[in-house]
Amino acid sequence: MAADQAKIDPMHQFAIQPLFGSQHWELAGYNIAFTNSALWMGIAALALWIFVFGGMKRQLVPGRWQMAVESFTGFVDDMLEANIGKAGRKYVPYVFSLFMFILFANLLGLVPLGVVGVHPFTFTSHFTVTGIFALISFSIVLIVGFAKHGLRFFSLFIPHGTPVLMMPLIFFVELASFMVRPFSLALRLFVAMMAGHLLLEVLSSFVIAGFNNGLLTSVIVVIPTFLLMIAICALEILVAGIQAYVFALLTSLYINDAENLH
Amino acid sequence: MPQIAQLADTYSSQIFWLLVFFGLVFFLVGRGMVPKVMDTVAQRDSQISADLAAAEAARNEADTQEKAWRQRENENRAQAHAMVNEAKDKAAHETEEKLAAAQQQIDAQLAEAEHRIETARSAAETEIQAVASDAAQDIVLRLTGMQIAEASASAAVRKAMIHG
Repeated sequence: MAADQAKIDPMHQFAIQPLFGSQHWELAGYNIAFTNSALWMGIAALALWIFVFGGMKRQLVPGRWQMAVESFTGFVDDMLEANIGKAGRKYVPYVFSLFMFILFANLLGLVPLGVVGVHPFTFTSHFTVTGIFALISFSIVLIVGFAKHGLRFFSLFIPHGTPVLMMPLIFFVELASFMVRPFSLALRLFVAMMAGHLLLEVLSSFVIAGFNNGLLTSVIVVIPTFLLMIAICALEILVAGIQAYVFALLTSLYINDAENLH
Repeated sequence: MPQIAQLADTYSSQIFWLLVFFGLVFFLVGRGMVPKVMDTVAQRDSQISADLAAAEAARNEADTQEKAWRQRENENRAQAHAMVNEAKDKAAHETEEKLAAAQQQIDAQLAEAEHRIETARSAAETEIQAVASDAAQDIVLRLTGMQIAEASASAAVRKAMIHG
């Protein structure tokens, strides 16, 4: 927690701290300190690897773990097939990695390890991270779109049945909405994760402050706040899944634009 | 807000480590493991559909076999029925013939026996007449000492026999 015991800074949980004295690591002049954020990226990656590895037994009759992994791959596969069609299969590795990595990051950030003194870091609450995800997805859309359709890809910005007179205007409106996509994609996840963690932090500071203030405030403030926190924790678990799903779903919808135009 | 306050200091490290770890996830998990998992699912699905198709084919085969068996069975039964009927007819016919032959033989024997009886009776009658006329001749000779002609004796005997 913050050095100042009396005042709990709810933003402190998002602060990035270099670990193991790595704050001066550099690569080509850029700082690449191994931070708590990087550590939790590594943990999420490792957890995901372990999870999928547990489903690699390739049994004809799957066990529970294998069934769980297969249901996730099946889920991503179905989503891509529903949104893109048969051509969507080749994006399964990317969308699966994206969905599962974000999901694991969101869920790991919610694990109450603060009880034992370790503070999980939710790196999806940083727009540098969500922005990179969004840029990768957007780049795939652009690359696939131009590689597959060449300059005809620009016809994406002119919906069917647009009167000729309206075409220039519509073109720019559609172009603007297209260019906004990576920002909306990145900001949605970042804001949802940050807001949830902020809310939990603020409520828990209420609990602690109220508890320190005596019995009366404990009863009036702490108990309802604590109940609210429990409910919001459940909600946050839901949001963790939904935001990962939304990111993957929108990515697949955008790839569909590139793959199939209209 | 650390996301903005620390942006200048941390963006390069954030981007670098994200690319490292997401790259690892993409290449090891996404490219390396997910296709195998999906392959397993596809294999299972194809095996299930193949098994179902095989079961369906086996059932159809069994149905046709049963139909053929039933047809054969019906034919055999009809044949057996015909054979039984034929045998029955033949047996009845034979019995009838045998009965008829036996009847004929019996009739013939009867007729012969009757004929024999008739002959024997007439022979006996003749003999009785002869014996009776002899006896009558003898009686008359002994009683009267008269020699009567054989013809008249037998005529008298016949008359007496007719009148009883």
